[in-house]
Amino acid sequence: MTLLSTQGLTKSFGGLHAVRNVDFNLPEGQIRALIGPNGAGKSTFVGTVIGRLRASSGDVLFDGRSISHLPAHRRIGLGIAYTFQITSVFERLSVHENVALGVRRSGGSDTETEPRVRQALSRTGLLDRADSHAGDLSYGHQRLLEIAMGLGQNPRLFIMDEPTQGLSESEIAEFKSLIRSLAGDTTILLIEHNMNVVMETADIVTVLNFGEVLAEGSPAEIRADRLVQDAYFGTVSGA
Amino acid sequence: MDFGPHLFLACLEGAITAAVISLTAVGLSLVFGIMRVVNVAHGEFFMLGAIVAWWTATSLAGHPAFGFSAALVTAPLVVGLIAIIINRLILVRLNYDPERTIVATIGLLYVIQQTALMTFGPDARPVEPPFNTRIAIPWIGFGDSGFELIWPWGLATTTYKLAVIAAAILIVATVWLVISRTRFGLIMRATQQDGEMATSFGIPVRRVYAIVFAFGAALAALGAVLIVPVQQAHYLMGGDPLLLSFIVVIIGGLGSLPGTIIAAVIIGMSDGIISVFFSPTLAKILATLLVALVLVFRPQGLLGRRRA
Amino acid sequence: MKQHNLHGSVLAVLFLAFFVMPEYHDGVFARIMVLAVYAVGYNLLFGYTGLLSLGHALFFATGMYGLALPMQHLDMGPVPAFLTGLAAAAMMSLAVGFLALRTTGVAFMIVTLMFAQAGFLTILYFGEYTRGDEGFVIQQADRMIAGLDFSDPTTRYFAAFCIFAAAFLFIAWLMRTSFGKCLVAIRENEDRARMLGYDVQLHKLLSITLSGVISGASGAAYAFLFGYAGATFASVQYSILPLLWVLLGGAGTTIGPLIGTAFAFYLVDFSSEITDAHLLVVGAAIVLLTLFAPQGLAGELRRRLFAWLP
Repeated sequence: MTLLSTQGLTKSFGGLHAVRNVDFNLPEGQIRALIGPNGAGKSTFVGTVIGRLRASSGDVLFDGRSISHLPAHRRIGLGIAYTFQITSVFERLSVHENVALGVRRSGGSDTETEPRVRQALSRTGLLDRADSHAGDLSYGHQRLLEIAMGLGQNPRLFIMDEPTQGLSESEIAEFKSLIRSLAGDTTILLIEHNMNVVMETADIVTVLNFGEVLAEGSPAEIRADRLVQDAYFGTVSGA
Repeated sequence: MDFGPHLFLACLEGAITAAVISLTAVGLSLVFGIMRVVNVAHGEFFMLGAIVAWWTATSLAGHPAFGFSAALVTAPLVVGLIAIIINRLILVRLNYDPERTIVATIGLLYVIQQTALMTFGPDARPVEPPFNTRIAIPWIGFGDSGFELIWPWGLATTTYKLAVIAAAILIVATVWLVISRTRFGLIMRATQQDGEMATSFGIPVRRVYAIVFAFGAALAALGAVLIVPVQQAHYLMGGDPLLLSFIVVIIGGLGSLPGTIIAAVIIGMSDGIISVFFSPTLAKILATLLVALVLVFRPQGLLGRRRA
Repeated sequence: MKQHNLHGSVLAVLFLAFFVMPEYHDGVFARIMVLAVYAVGYNLLFGYTGLLSLGHALFFATGMYGLALPMQHLDMGPVPAFLTGLAAAAMMSLAVGFLALRTTGVAFMIVTLMFAQAGFLTILYFGEYTRGDEGFVIQQADRMIAGLDFSDPTTRYFAAFCIFAAAFLFIAWLMRTSFGKCLVAIRENEDRARMLGYDVQLHKLLSITLSGVISGASGAAYAFLFGYAGATFASVQYSILPLLWVLLGGAGTTIGPLIGTAFAFYLVDFSSEITDAHLLVVGAAIVLLTLFAPQGLAGELRRRLFAWLP
């Protein structure tokens, strides 16, 4: 069944349509990559889905219900997790507390939440750094922490905005295996620049260009698509 | 006195308040607009200006006009210099962080005020106006022989009060010209638009900040020199101008100069008029509530336009 | 565990201090403990939630007059009057919070300042009942609960101790709950807290209301224990003081408010002997703290020595 869908979603700033009339369907359990050249409207699209931005028109449905009228925190309360494009963690709090904040929101005593915190930390390999301040972590570890914070929320839909940006090759390899280990449990919407990551993790790829859906299909189909090649691969060298 | 002459007199008093407040408010607005610093100690610069004026006028013998003219120079200079020192010692070190500078200038308010109390003393001291001829104002009344020109008792002003209004208009017009027509004004506006961008264009932002802060303080001091022959210098005199300037700057739209000037006229006049006819306390309650509600519901100011 | 020991020790010291200190300091400390409650309330909003209010005197004074006016004019007993004070402070802070929280940063500071100024002027405006700046005295005969005379120094000291202990332990408990931890998260990174699914506005509103109630409790207790209510307590100065106390002691620490209040009290006490202009010391302390020790005494201790300090 479809977990997330948008119908005619449009977001304009002034006269500029950053997202134009997007119909989008994401079935439960799928790993979906959202790609497109810079300025294609990926982050804006996700922003309107999660409620950081108010859509100009159109509807967002989660689990069959319209969530367009809900503020961001309520949408997240329904079981959506979101990681920021620009790393955003609680720098002066411990790594453990960063994750615990995400776990605790859904309620439960410390004894109930603690195993979930530890699980999220160990899946991201941060368990031995649990007591460090988040601000003291390396950049790569902070990005992992973002993912751990999302995992701790036990989301039904996990939206990640460029999670591999700035990561080293080995960190990217770890990230890919982490995503694959989530396959099946969690529905994932991944905004990604790194085509390797997209090709190896995504079930289906959606390509945005100038705020509109240009193409949608399996990684292999997308790779073969002429339109996509013109719009996207042509502009990105060495991808 | 009848209602008509009474109202006219209230307007005249309001115009003087408006004149002085427009000077302090323009200073506050420049500092906020360009440096994003809310200077809570701005009223104390006003008070310092009055004290320097008193000090200058009393230490110079001769015709009052001589001492007063000297004060017009010394007060803005001394206060501007103090502002530069404060900027260097405190604001620069806080990196102009908006919240921390507010807290620091609150502390500064007490430091300046209490230092004035310790040195200048708790008494109010007058400065003699340079000229002060009483002008009786005629009024058209309905008498035994129809309409006639009458001279109601108490309906009068002085040449000095009229000169205060004229001087304030002159100063504000000059400030406007400096900002809109000169190279320095251009640099200030560029810094206001985008500090980082200005830096990358080679504008010495730190020096601009220092000059703007001194300039704002000097304007407050100048306002105080103008008012001190009417009001007397006192160590607590900074409170009311601070509050009124705040109100003016917020109603006029934070950092907008034309808005500030228009608001100064409106607020100054209505403060004068309301205080004459109603309880001044009630007037202040309504004014402070108005400011709070404007900030909550129309943060761009009553007169400002919403930014796209 | 260390935290429990610390909080227990602080309270034990305050309890025992009464029997050890000279009588003069007992009187000073009764006042410090009541006003430290105000600082505790302020710290909840400023230190833990990261919202800098310049108008808390409004909540302190609402509690104060909420107790004093009904006692003076309606012959209400102290206990219902105290509850009236708390209820009034709760409603006031809820209303101010509802409006002021639509703004952030500098605008929030100015809005709270303006509301407090309007409150102060309102007290002056109704001088017929409030006696304005001059204020009024609550008679000793009225300051009795169940036969206990609260103008008596010993009773007063332990009443002050009880109310301080209540506020102190309440905050220590609150900051261990998920609600308290969310407030800290909002202070640290508001946007992230929202994107973890927390209702940031609601948490802020509850924080300002709780903070207002605690500040109001301090005001009501002050009026009752020291038998006086006056407009000075609603003035800007009384909005600035808790900020000073909390900055001095250490924002966002449990013991900071008490340390800061006590320190500032003795600082002013000491400087009043030298000069009439004791506010100079307050001002200089604020400037120096902002410049050199924005974390306050407890904050510096935590940074340098005891990382576990709550």
